[in-house]
Amino acid sequence: MPISGNRGDDAHPGEPLWVPWGEFTPSSRWVLIRVTSLSYVAGAKGPDAVGVSPAKRIRERRKPTSMKTTKRSFVVLLLVLALLAAACGSDSEDTTTTQGGASDDMTTTEASMALSAHLLGAGASFPAPIYLEWIGEYTSNVQPDVSINYQSIGSGGGVEQFIGQQTDFGASDAFLSDEDLAAAADARGCAAIHIPTVFGAVALGYNLDGVDSLTLDGPTLVDIFFGNVDTWNDAAITALNPGMDLPDEPIIVAHRLDGSGTTSIFTTYLSDVSDEWANGPGAGKEIDWPAPNSVGGDKNDGVAAQIQQNPGAIGYIELSYAIETGIPVADMINADGNAVTPTLESTAAAADGITIPDDLRFNILGVGGEGYPIAGATWLLLWQCGYDENVSAVLKDWITWDLTQGDSLAEELLYSPLPASLEAKALAKVDLINSEG
Amino acid sequence: MTTTTDTHSGAPRRPPLAGSKSVADKWFRRGLAFAGTSVLLILGTMLLFTVIDAWPVFRHEGLGFITSSTWDPGVSRTEVTGQYGALAFIIGTLVTAGIALVIAVPLSVGTALYLTQVAQRRVRNPLTYAIELLAAVPSVVYGLWGLLFFVPTVLRPTMNLVADTLGGFIPFLAPPVITYNYFSAGVVLAIMIIPIITAVTREVMAKTPPSEIAAAYALGATRWEMMRSVVLPRARPGMIGATMLGLGRALGETIAVAMLIGGSKQIGDSIFKGGQSMAGIIAVTFQEAAPENVKALIGVGVVLFVITIIVNMVARGIVLLTGGHVTGDAAV
Repeated sequence: MPISGNRGDDAHPGEPLWVPWGEFTPSSRWVLIRVTSLSYVAGAKGPDAVGVSPAKRIRERRKPTSMKTTKRSFVVLLLVLALLAAACGSDSEDTTTTQGGASDDMTTTEASMALSAHLLGAGASFPAPIYLEWIGEYTSNVQPDVSINYQSIGSGGGVEQFIGQQTDFGASDAFLSDEDLAAAADARGCAAIHIPTVFGAVALGYNLDGVDSLTLDGPTLVDIFFGNVDTWNDAAITALNPGMDLPDEPIIVAHRLDGSGTTSIFTTYLSDVSDEWANGPGAGKEIDWPAPNSVGGDKNDGVAAQIQQNPGAIGYIELSYAIETGIPVADMINADGNAVTPTLESTAAAADGITIPDDLRFNILGVGGEGYPIAGATWLLLWQCGYDENVSAVLKDWITWDLTQGDSLAEELLYSPLPASLEAKALAKVDLINSEG
Repeated sequence: MTTTTDTHSGAPRRPPLAGSKSVADKWFRRGLAFAGTSVLLILGTMLLFTVIDAWPVFRHEGLGFITSSTWDPGVSRTEVTGQYGALAFIIGTLVTAGIALVIAVPLSVGTALYLTQVAQRRVRNPLTYAIELLAAVPSVVYGLWGLLFFVPTVLRPTMNLVADTLGGFIPFLAPPVITYNYFSAGVVLAIMIIPIITAVTREVMAKTPPSEIAAAYALGATRWEMMRSVVLPRARPGMIGATMLGLGRALGETIAVAMLIGGSKQIGDSIFKGGQSMAGIIAVTFQEAAPENVKALIGVGVVLFVITIIVNMVARGIVLLTGGHVTGDAAV
């Protein structure tokens, strides 16, 4: 029976429309049609619903058998889920018991306190790998009843959501401006706290055939990024690299195109070196690059691709990224006149010697000694008030754990942990979390 | 029910929708009317709210938003402190889309002619299928393929050659060549829009009446003369429609262009220099943008929207001026 045929041509003239199907009132027909179409929709939502061309999906939808297989796969899916849930359950039991045993030995952590809360944080993508690693380690081995959700949506979004109080903590590669701080205080009724977590260095990767070591200083770097020094055998560069055969090739300047903490660290350094740069392009997460032969890349891998694909290119990337990709990086001459190769050690050394203001909003500038001069911190953002008791307890415990126990994890992922002097200051800030209730 | 009876006793067995008093008919009509107008509604609210969002930046920059090329975003949450001139991105979008059309249109028309007039069936079917397959590849895959393989290994040597030989006397082809640039983005865009233009053009050409083709041959026309005098004129409105579809895709394409255009915020003085497109700057910088910067990016979106409308209107103008009318085929 054609359930969708409406005005049947065989309807007798003058008779009401639905008479030929006597017992079918309009509503029951509707139900019938809807049930059928629903089951077709269900058929389309099988395992093939994602990643299959529309044409194939339509074909599948027409096949009456797909409904059956869908049902079967749904049952299988349920079974798998049930098994997984059971496995997870027994897993976490295991860890809790071993944890109970282990924490007896550990005197450093507050073994007696079992914390429980669900935290939400969002922000910078640069430290996201280490934050996720810390969260994973902490929530599985230290406080199994805690869950922390960190979304790496970028510093800008992180600050927005933090000030909008949609998250428990924010994360940013740049400290809050005075304007943002004021807006934050207005929004929450108390001050925001900056807690630095790790350092990153910005390395200058280059692509020059046959050149595997290169030394640059601040003023030359400024000139290169202005476009004033535009060939590799310019006197300014050869003077820093005596005895090296640098080619007569144009310099192509590669920069980050997306707004980024890396750009902020780099341009803050350039602005510190040169007043002309400070008053011109300036410092920021995204600036107007003056060099005529400049190219941009999206994120670190975009810039790395630009460097690798353009002979004669130089660009700035995060040190961890340069180490991973093996792009050759330039040594930088620091304030004491030492040429320093960017490494985790020289980054930590950079952070050690500088003076840091009380609110821990600082740039790393004027680095001397064995320190690599282009480096910066990344921060967690927290509040002095307004947390639930258990949330603030977890925040304090987690961040303390990160700063004291998380150094080796950070180094594994090529971040520089805080030097001891700064760690003490950061821990003092942790105590301020929720201090105003 | 009397009216129904009346209509039925008359001639038509299916009463017109408008004359019916059936509740279902009424709601069906309203439902369709809603579906039809909802597009306008969505379009209207989108334009309205984006313009409202972007208004502070428009007011701050004035006409400079589209005539200046200094894009120096500020970080304020309440005021507009940066400089927002989107000219470089407007040019980037137009230049890459232009390059894409210049390459794609002749190729597509040639392909469609070959498929409909020359190729034998056993070549035609797999070829048609392959072309349609091209249309199904996600643009990020094109971008990646261009980024890692096509541009560095195939295009780069070609561009070097062109710049070294022709660059001396044609200014917009002058060296130095930067690997990712307007041209490389345009070429990959062309590959992306070829399937669209080809598919529509092929449909239109396939509809050429066989009698006219036979007539042309009967008058002694060669195959090329037949194509030129019968197939191409008939297909022209459809071809223009197809080109506009392709252009629309090229103007709006985001991720592949963002990956390949070179990402410079300056206006390149040759097609071998890097630049940026409107959709590209939005996609790439949106994530870390401060509130005022977001407003400016929304403003770029408004400009892109307006440019698309203008391009469409110009296209319709061309079709009208050249005497054709966009047929149903062209609107496929």
